[in-house]
Amino acid sequence: MTRAWRLLKRRLVGSIPVLLIVVVGSFLLLEAAPGDAVDAYVVSVGGDAGMIEALRQNWGLDASPMTRLAAYLWALLHLDLGHSVAFSRPVLDVVLERLPNTLLLMGAATALSFALGTALGILAGARPGSARDRLLSIGSLALYAVPGFWLALVLTIVFSVELRWLPLSGMETIASGKTGIARALDIAWHMVLPVTSLGLIYLALYLRMMRAGMAEVWRMDFTLAARARGIPRRRIVLGHVARNALLPLVTMLGLQSAQMLGGSVVIESVFSVPGLGRLAQEAVGSRDTPLLIGIILVSAVLVIVINLLVDIAYAALDPRVDASEANA
Amino acid sequence: MAGIEISRRKVLAGSAFLLASTALPSIGWTQAKKGGRLVVAADSEPRNLNPAIVASNGVFFVASKVVEPLAEASFDGEDGLAPRLATSWEGSADGLSVTFKLREGVTWHDGKPFSSADVAFSALNVWKPLQNLGRVVFKNLEAVETPDANTAVFKFSKPTPLQLIKNALPALTSVVPKHVYEGSDIAANPANNAPVGTGPFKFAEHKAGEYYRLERYDKYWGDNAPALDEIIYRVLPDRAAAAGALEAEEIQLAAFSAVPLADLKRISKVAGIKVISEGYEALTYQLVVEINHRRKELADAKVRQAIAHAIDKDFVVKTIFLGYAKPATGIVPQNDKQFYAPDVPTYGFDVAKANALLDEAGYAKKDDGKRFALKLLPAPYFNETKQFGDYLRQALAAVGIDAELVNNDSAAHQKAVYADHAFDLAIAPPVFRGDPAISTTILVQSGIPDGVPFSNQGGYKNDELDGLIDKAAETLDPSARIELYKEFQKKVAADLPLINVAEWGFITVARDTVKNVSNNPRWAVSNWADTYVET
Repeated sequence: MTRAWRLLKRRLVGSIPVLLIVVVGSFLLLEAAPGDAVDAYVVSVGGDAGMIEALRQNWGLDASPMTRLAAYLWALLHLDLGHSVAFSRPVLDVVLERLPNTLLLMGAATALSFALGTALGILAGARPGSARDRLLSIGSLALYAVPGFWLALVLTIVFSVELRWLPLSGMETIASGKTGIARALDIAWHMVLPVTSLGLIYLALYLRMMRAGMAEVWRMDFTLAARARGIPRRRIVLGHVARNALLPLVTMLGLQSAQMLGGSVVIESVFSVPGLGRLAQEAVGSRDTPLLIGIILVSAVLVIVINLLVDIAYAALDPRVDASEANA
Repeated sequence: MAGIEISRRKVLAGSAFLLASTALPSIGWTQAKKGGRLVVAADSEPRNLNPAIVASNGVFFVASKVVEPLAEASFDGEDGLAPRLATSWEGSADGLSVTFKLREGVTWHDGKPFSSADVAFSALNVWKPLQNLGRVVFKNLEAVETPDANTAVFKFSKPTPLQLIKNALPALTSVVPKHVYEGSDIAANPANNAPVGTGPFKFAEHKAGEYYRLERYDKYWGDNAPALDEIIYRVLPDRAAAAGALEAEEIQLAAFSAVPLADLKRISKVAGIKVISEGYEALTYQLVVEINHRRKELADAKVRQAIAHAIDKDFVVKTIFLGYAKPATGIVPQNDKQFYAPDVPTYGFDVAKANALLDEAGYAKKDDGKRFALKLLPAPYFNETKQFGDYLRQALAAVGIDAELVNNDSAAHQKAVYADHAFDLAIAPPVFRGDPAISTTILVQSGIPDGVPFSNQGGYKNDELDGLIDKAAETLDPSARIELYKEFQKKVAADLPLINVAEWGFITVARDTVKNVSNNPRWAVSNWADTYVET
């Protein structure tokens, strides 16, 4: 507990400069993009010069970039994420509304790819070089090579349009009036295809890593010793080889979760899931700086939290880590 | 899942029938079959859903069912109009006032009665000061008198043609309730995102990123309308999604070409799905090459004519629009029955002539076969505008003009072309809205401030054209006004301040169970009171 607390404290202090760089960086990047939120807006509605000027004033875009950045940082210091111009609502509301959808999609897909990838990796790595290993490795590579949107489209055409087994898009049945377990099942039902599309692509990563890790551990002295002691093969595979090969996978899990936040833009669009990825895309398109920074900040905090959890899990898997941290 | 959905719909329809049969024993079977839930595809969620402030098709698509205009476009009505909140309109001989008789017995969705005070409030406090289009058309509106609850008299400071006001009724006159907006910051009123209107459907809910839901308004003034119980707009941002959702019967209708043109041939063969090209006659989009007249070469009419000759309009219609468009002859589209002038100078596809004109203008081909280089900025709003950019680059190369394509996203394109004028040629999709004075004359008029989208930002100035535009704006006699605009079209076609290439309406794809689709020239943005789903 004290170790987790110490880690948390150190991470929190360490992440403040990271977050600051993220905020200023994304502000400047969006500022460098040609056109502002009013330009993006009048494209869809038109309007005369007076209206455009009034909008710029109203949305606070008539001040210089540095003034606006300073005002934004000052508000941020008071934990105010500002107002989204594209949605004309507070940024925090807009982001928090979408966050659960992305977390659900990302969490389920990560869990699927990690669990399935690790399990298949153990199967492949139990006997490196065997026919089963070759088959699994080639199959997973083929999946990895497939573009995500393509896999998603093929899955929808087969399972939603042709067979009509699964819903095509959306988070849940619209205005169904379902509550409680019925609603949860409905959402789960709608998540099957997006989670599968997202999960299958990353599965290969875990499988390959697990397999490679195990192949290496098999050659280690302690494995040889375990075999010499006559420990049953199943126990060597799971307790010695797999456990030691699992460590890099946990690191990968932390890194991957960050990538998944961005990787879901495509899947969210194809399946019309209102998540953070799509929101970020809309924010860039409409030059909605406060919204984009809000999304990036929330994602950054998420990534930091996930990596913290990964570090804690690391110590549980490998006692040596805990010891070295204590000395540091 | 689809199975559950269908049985649910049947249950709904069944219960509606039971209810109807107890309430009105005389009601016939055909009536009871009506109703149900219509699910349509929506590709965007406007930040402001108030059509009185934002008169745009994206807003109307949802909001026109909730908030009504004074009159709607019609295929067979007098002046091409069908009365909505106004039952008649009459202009004074001096052009300084228009008297609207308003419909009686109309109530707002919150139960309050609708009256002339609402119209006066909407006109003076919303359309004139705030609306994107109304700020131009109603700029001379001085006062709205309300002698009684069902009469509104619009008073103008300068003579204003009744013809223009009539043509503006469908798009520019959405009436919002005074009691909801009065005394508030109208632009920030929460009702802008949950509109209250008099239309056949009430705004029920919006789940951001997922859907809008509208519910039938039982006290609607129209006879045996609305037919539907519910309309759901499903947000489907991915273009491929709409076609799949139609096939999987998750949606029943996709308007505004939400199904890409390239998919139409395939989807038209799917049983139970029909492809409809009617219902957009009053929403004609025009494919236009905008020209920056500040460029020395392009300031020469011969060069502009050469570019017009270099474009094969038939090829554009056949290859880019797959036949779902018409070659344009001028700045007013052919399907406008009031104003279109067919007898204008035209520029047939003729590469030899284009080359000759360019030689004549003094831009001979250099050793590398090129005459001069240009920057070409296609608008990113439609697939077709981007594809036409690719085509135009090749067409220009064939006459020795080296065009460099500059692709931007919407905001960047808006800034580059309309604010910074950092273009030589641009491709734009302006809309013809039933009267040249609404959004067409500004494409060539001079003196428009920088930054105004879909306007003359190419630095073009032609006193003769400006004079015609000003004169037409105050000409009261309808036929004289039409003659002025015909003259205007001829002058534009002769001098080519811009080049009109094609004009298109959108495509609706629907399940054949959806009835009364596309039965007026602005159908997708009309109120859908008589639309129903056959179950």
